[in-house]
Amino acid sequence: MALDKIGIAKRIAQELKDGWYVNLGIGIPTLVANYVPSGMTVEFQSENGVLGMGPFPFDGEEDADLINAGKQTITVKPGAAFFDSATSFAMIRGQHVQLTVLGAMEVSQNGDIANWKIPGKMVKGMGGAMDLVASAENIIVAMMHSNKAGESKLLPACSLPLTGVRCVKKVVTELAVLAIKNGAFHLIERAPGVSVEEIKAKTAGALIIPDVVQMII
Amino acid sequence: MNKVVKNVSDALVGIQDGMTIMLGGFGLCGIPENAIKELVKKGTKNLTCISNNAGVDDYGLGLLLQSRQIKKMISSYVGENDEFERQMLSGELEVDLIPQGSLAERCRAGGAGIPAFFTPAGFGTEVAEGKEMRVFNGKPHILERALTADFAIVKAWKGDTEGNLVYKATAMNFNPMMAMAGKITIAEVEELVPAGSLDPNFIHTPGIFVQRIFQGDVFEKRIEQRTVRPR
Repeated sequence: MALDKIGIAKRIAQELKDGWYVNLGIGIPTLVANYVPSGMTVEFQSENGVLGMGPFPFDGEEDADLINAGKQTITVKPGAAFFDSATSFAMIRGQHVQLTVLGAMEVSQNGDIANWKIPGKMVKGMGGAMDLVASAENIIVAMMHSNKAGESKLLPACSLPLTGVRCVKKVVTELAVLAIKNGAFHLIERAPGVSVEEIKAKTAGALIIPDVVQMII
Repeated sequence: MNKVVKNVSDALVGIQDGMTIMLGGFGLCGIPENAIKELVKKGTKNLTCISNNAGVDDYGLGLLLQSRQIKKMISSYVGENDEFERQMLSGELEVDLIPQGSLAERCRAGGAGIPAFFTPAGFGTEVAEGKEMRVFNGKPHILERALTADFAIVKAWKGDTEGNLVYKATAMNFNPMMAMAGKITIAEVEELVPAGSLDPNFIHTPGIFVQRIFQGDVFEKRIEQRTVRPR
């Protein structure tokens, strides 16, 4: 069975390491914060100016002055810090953040990513995504394998305007975990009950399949 | 020199048609809401607004879009505003979308006397079109120029009569850099206090960057995405 959004978030949480500072994008990436392995300390950075994000507030305790990059009300943990936007992107551009997780509309086999614009139809803007992907050493994309029209989002080359080039290292979808290296997607793990054939059929870009493909736990 | 003005109307004296204005805030958090409402009332037209976002349809900068007072927007993310998207796609509104970190640094650079800088953000994308490219440490970077404005309008939690400002939580965001980059910077504060009331160790924006300060009448502080967890 293919993973749901929570399953994707849980799988990405397995990539976390103790002591890391992590930036989570809007959507599925935000859910990763709920599945930090026990015994591990990970600090979440939000580019609007906070380190040490905590859970959402209890009803009635929301503070309009305290939000995440998705404009949701949040809380902070003891030891949190607030800072301005230039300092926030100094953390990102200066590679002080160890992991970036974000969503995408398309990813190419050489690691290009597109997620900010559909010409003539939708223009939301890139927000902090271009700064994040241009500088982060470790970028994981969390997304569905196909778009709503059923077309693969893992492509030989992106068709939409790019957010960044040669930057994505790993993709986690509802079907599989794939690494990107040497101009191809490398299948690492498949979701329980999902066949290698299905992944192959739904991946338009070059796909390298090893002899043994582990199951996502 | 007295920086304190008695109300929002006096604070905005001198803002004219066609000017470039920076406005602090991230989403609806930390926006100078009293000044925005006053700009609508004032009817100033053909404005170029530099702001990370464009508000929502009926609040924040969305109000100035509804009244067609904005000619051009310089922003990084405009996703929550249908009227914005409509005006942009139809070509009525000129829009310059730039990466958020580059926007923040361009404002900081403008206030800090740095005319331009190289950043890796946007290389290989349409943001890089027409911009100088150089390789540093084996990595391509693009040249981004500083931004300044005729007026910067920022919002702070507390401010004193010297113009020193303290922001609260994530309502800080773009306000400190924009305060630096305005030829004239107007600070709208929730609480205006006498000089000496704020601890000099904890000032976010030193008063040198602020020319006018006033206490806002009403702070609605609308929440864009109220998100809570069960008790």
